[in-house]
Amino acid sequence: MKSIQNIGLVIFLIGLSLFTGTIFTGSFHLSPSALDAFIIEKDYQNEIIETELTKAIVTDDPLTIFEFSHRVRHAYEVANTHYDSLISQYDAEKNWDKKGEQYPYKIYGKPHTLSFDLAKIAGKGYVKAHAGLMWMLTFGLGILGSLLFILPNLILLGKAGIKNDGIYLKASTNRGWIAWLVLIYLVSFYLLLYFMPDYVVNWTFIVDPISLFLNGGPASQWFVYGFLYCTIMVVMALRMYIKYRGNKYQVMRTTSVLFFQIVFAFLIPEIMTSLNMPGYDFKNAFPLDYDFFFDWNLDDLRNSGSIGLFILIWGIVLTLVIVPVMVYFFGKRWYCSWVCGCGGLAETLGDPYRQHSDKSLHAWKLERWLIHSVLIFSLVMTLVTLYCYFTGSPSFLGIHSQWIKDSYSFLIGAWFAGVIGTGFYPIFGNRVWCRFGCPLAAYMGIVQRFKSRFRITTNGGQCISCGNCSTYCEQGIDVRAYAQKGENIVRSSCVGCGICSAVCPRGVLKLENGPEKGRINPTDILLGNNIDLIQLVNKREK
Amino acid sequence: MYVYMGHMEFKHTQPYENWFWAKNKIDLKQGFVNRIDTDNKHIIFEDNTSISYDQLVIASGSKINKFGWPGQDSKGVMGLYRKQDLEQLEQFAPNNQVCKRAVIVGGGLIGIELAEMLRSRNIPVTFLVREKSFWKEVLPDQESEMINRHIREHHVDLRLSTQLREIKTDASGQVISVIIEETGEEIFCDVVGLTAGVSPNIDFVKNSNIVTGRGIKVNRFLETNIANIYAIGDCAEQQEPKGERKAIEAVWYTGRMMGETLAQTICNHRTAYHPGHWFNSAKFFDIEYQTYGWVWAKPKENEARFYWEHKNGKMCIHLNYDKNTHTFIGINNFGVRMRHAFFDKVLTKKKSVAYVLARLSDANFDPEFYKKYALEIVSKFNQENNTSIQLKKKSWKRIFSNA
Repeated sequence: MKSIQNIGLVIFLIGLSLFTGTIFTGSFHLSPSALDAFIIEKDYQNEIIETELTKAIVTDDPLTIFEFSHRVRHAYEVANTHYDSLISQYDAEKNWDKKGEQYPYKIYGKPHTLSFDLAKIAGKGYVKAHAGLMWMLTFGLGILGSLLFILPNLILLGKAGIKNDGIYLKASTNRGWIAWLVLIYLVSFYLLLYFMPDYVVNWTFIVDPISLFLNGGPASQWFVYGFLYCTIMVVMALRMYIKYRGNKYQVMRTTSVLFFQIVFAFLIPEIMTSLNMPGYDFKNAFPLDYDFFFDWNLDDLRNSGSIGLFILIWGIVLTLVIVPVMVYFFGKRWYCSWVCGCGGLAETLGDPYRQHSDKSLHAWKLERWLIHSVLIFSLVMTLVTLYCYFTGSPSFLGIHSQWIKDSYSFLIGAWFAGVIGTGFYPIFGNRVWCRFGCPLAAYMGIVQRFKSRFRITTNGGQCISCGNCSTYCEQGIDVRAYAQKGENIVRSSCVGCGICSAVCPRGVLKLENGPEKGRINPTDILLGNNIDLIQLVNKREK
Repeated sequence: MYVYMGHMEFKHTQPYENWFWAKNKIDLKQGFVNRIDTDNKHIIFEDNTSISYDQLVIASGSKINKFGWPGQDSKGVMGLYRKQDLEQLEQFAPNNQVCKRAVIVGGGLIGIELAEMLRSRNIPVTFLVREKSFWKEVLPDQESEMINRHIREHHVDLRLSTQLREIKTDASGQVISVIIEETGEEIFCDVVGLTAGVSPNIDFVKNSNIVTGRGIKVNRFLETNIANIYAIGDCAEQQEPKGERKAIEAVWYTGRMMGETLAQTICNHRTAYHPGHWFNSAKFFDIEYQTYGWVWAKPKENEARFYWEHKNGKMCIHLNYDKNTHTFIGINNFGVRMRHAFFDKVLTKKKSVAYVLARLSDANFDPEFYKKYALEIVSKFNQENNTSIQLKKKSWKRIFSNA
């Protein structure tokens, strides 16, 4: 059994190496006619870009993606610099008409994204030509290796029960060298994905056939990400099923997040795209879905007929009605631990790292400042965006609409939610984003704290203060501090994953939805100690 | 336990962060107390330094029982009570290369915990239990038998009705084997765990004016015979124990309750210690155990019993009630979680066993979506006793009502 696992590990590492190695393969260049077609399609007004791009990439040299990217970005820079210098020249001459005429010639967009679009049509090589085989060698081997590693645990871990033996004795789950390597890999992955997608264009070739089948078009880097996300969740969900097979709450919750990720976040948007509708994730609620009210999305929805209108209304009702009502009845767990994609990854891929959430008081203070700041940030951004959308003004309250949208997308959307949120799993735990950053979690947390039926009930005086609950709380809640006092746990950050209840050796914790009355119950005297508290208080008052 | 098993680090077992003590003006002093000078209100440490006090609370806990076995103080022989025991275990049983086998002497809660710990590192374990079944003086036959099975399922070499004769050592004083009393068999091992119970750790008190018996004698107010000196927790011996409770209760929560009570007294609200209805819990490998009220190993004269066991052999419920009045006396539940508040109320109000059975769904404390067995349990009871108790639907109103 153990040797099967080792073989699995080797196969997985081969798959991962091949997947990573594909980045460096292939050659990139364009024929003059293909370049023409590209420029016509993009409708560039710029008069130099064609010459510059021809110089750069219409060649017989086998360029690697890195050379190709470098040349393309240089070509765009030269093409734009030409007009920029004209603009500053006319500016100095105060020739406003001429200055204004230059702007349409400029080409906007991130250099690496422009390069990605070109690389997508310029790429040639083994990966592109043998996408199916390459899929088997990368995704296929990765999945096979993982399964060989995970499935033997059905026997190795023994009978159903809590399976946390050795977590703090292993380099992978106790912030050892393996954990740091995983962190470096994940962070690099997100940096490439968000900021240098052209470098990983080969990955899109591997899944092009799948993309073509699902939505009728070639794969973008986001399709790769979505597909990878679903694959990882499925594989790691199998691990969850084995590890927590004695706990029905965990099994059902895992199935639920898996369903919503694959069907709602992945399949439905892809199919909608193939039907010429806007691809929309119906479970992704604003403000987690921070660009819902961006002008391009509103325009897109308004131009999509009745389905666009439906999405617009659904999105607003989801945030304003469905989310708070569901939080009232079930706590925010209905979303964070049963539906959400970020939560889904955290609860599958991130489960081995849940114990690393910071439990200190300092972290709790930081959490409250950060998460509520992000909530305010997202709301201000949306307010500015909407004001500008309806009035046509470029700014509101002195805040430039494009600037605040770009800042949020960069700082929160890419860095916080992606690079830090997921990349730092192995060191800071699996819910960094959910705990410190997610504006939707902040919003639901306020509802959960003040108006909800959800609580974690503490079972009288049974707590022995062992600390398992606090250690394995992914949200860094010091569960024990409440349990040992006999208090129910009512905290805005609780995502209701149910692990505290699972790991408790004495049956002290139970996630429940009950009447609001008595939900928050600070008790001075624990059950079992028959001091009449009321009498005591009365005596003191006399 | 969980530190050795790798579930946690030591810091996770500490209920407060390290800044807590200074912030609350509590000075932590580490050291061993040699003597208490009650006349001059001083305590004297091993290194002859001393501290004076106005009020003194003794909470020195327990030490493990040793019964004069030859070799009981050798290297590799240890209990499982203090942090030092954990450090010793790390030293003598870090893995199954260094510790090829461990022998545990004493079949109670600490013994089975130690067995689970060692098994988590794949160390072969032989478990010597003096009684004919595990924790027999506390558990009824059925439960005890269930745990016997479960211990063996975890590949522990369980030896019932077996006692230790002596511990053998090599020239360096390190354990090499144990000899069994009954058969004379020699079992080779590198670690011996002595887990045959604990007793109050009060040697340093005995040469003072404080009256001691097996523990430090205290009255209902947790006061010793000397003014301003109190004893709480494992080391305290109640002069008049409450109800069926023992004079010395080495149970985690009684220590906590005594602390809460004494805090009232020291803060000028002199308060008597009134432990409520008995309850307890434990975990035997994968099987959780809770108890509320009293379920003795053997039924008393006036007691009737009802036992239900799931066919998987890992869940059961044992009810104890009065034969004549049918008043509920206690419950053992294994593999099923029950609500403390529910049973506390039932016991206070002296409700009947039928009352409890009808409301089993209210009493259940298992996580959501777990299969419920209340109906199965109630119908078995009805069948055996010719009753027609109807299970009530779970009611939040009843669960959370304080009436």
